[in-house]
Amino acid sequence: MTYLLLFWEFFKTGLLSVGGGLATLPFLYDMAERYDWFTTEELANMLAVSESTPGPIGVNMATYAGIQAAGIPGGIVATLALVLPSLIIMLLIVKVMARFRENRIVNCVMGVLRPASVGLICAAAITVVKVALLHSGVSGFAAIKWPAIVLGIALLLINLKWKKLHPVVLVAIGAAAGMVLGL
Amino acid sequence: MQNLIALFVSFFKVGILTFGGGYAMLPMLQREVVERRSWITEEEILDCYAIGQCTPGVIAVNTATFVGFRQGGLWGAVAATLGVISPSLLIITALAGVIRRFSHLPLVQHAFAGIRVAVCVLVGQAVVRLWRKGVKGAQGIALCVAALVLSALFGVSAVWIVAGALVIGLALAWKEARK
Repeated sequence: MTYLLLFWEFFKTGLLSVGGGLATLPFLYDMAERYDWFTTEELANMLAVSESTPGPIGVNMATYAGIQAAGIPGGIVATLALVLPSLIIMLLIVKVMARFRENRIVNCVMGVLRPASVGLICAAAITVVKVALLHSGVSGFAAIKWPAIVLGIALLLINLKWKKLHPVVLVAIGAAAGMVLGL
Repeated sequence: MQNLIALFVSFFKVGILTFGGGYAMLPMLQREVVERRSWITEEEILDCYAIGQCTPGVIAVNTATFVGFRQGGLWGAVAATLGVISPSLLIITALAGVIRRFSHLPLVQHAFAGIRVAVCVLVGQAVVRLWRKGVKGAQGIALCVAALVLSALFGVSAVWIVAGALVIGLALAWKEARK
């Protein structure tokens, strides 16, 4: 039954996430809340692994989430379910490609869908930040992980200075600093 | 058959050389699919990206499907798509097992705490980029904030928010068409 449920959830995610990779994140947070497949904290780790391994983020995340939920077959089911809507929709569009971009209805709908999708990704990003920088179950100033904040600012500065820096480098620096500081 | 294998291999290469997906894939695609194989032109790749940006799903998959279909019809599309997702399946499956085995070690947990901070920075920057590209004008800002508030404060499912945005978009298109 888990496989069917996984298929359904990831098919939905593939169908409704507009704008690539990170757009799947809000849907994964939804799943973390509704099922006991993975926690929001694990999701942050999964995101880190997906960012620093080859392959499109969205696909990596689906594989990882599926494995967490139901082992290796789960990973395969989730990944195939995620790409199936793209495959179908793309095949339909290829035929009307030339007209697609100028179509006013499509433009109108996309003009609304794109900003809404950015808002959703923002909401998911807030959760990523909370997991990384705050202690869970504590409120107020006591919740703030100060070393993590300092590390975050340092990493941000590094990334702003060297714009072409590969994400995997930043992740590696994060991992090393985490071990040294005992975060 | 040879054609299908070539599609699979080429997109497997693109998948394994891409970190981060989306636009990170563009240079690999140009090298493999445009220059080496000349399956499609540079302009067509950009068209493909434009479509990928505004159709559902992972952009890498959209592009693979498009090129695959052009070269080998339905089965070409399937071969290219399987090619682009196979590296993820193999690598993540291998890593997930390793990580699960060692995740209880304190040192690994510290490392992941640091990695999560790095991911924060990466995601933050990605959001800024997306905001610049996707949120335009007062209407865009209003929609973006509405989706953010509904999701973050009221816990409305992403499914409903996207469905709502679709309805609003269609309504606007209908109004436009009546003018």
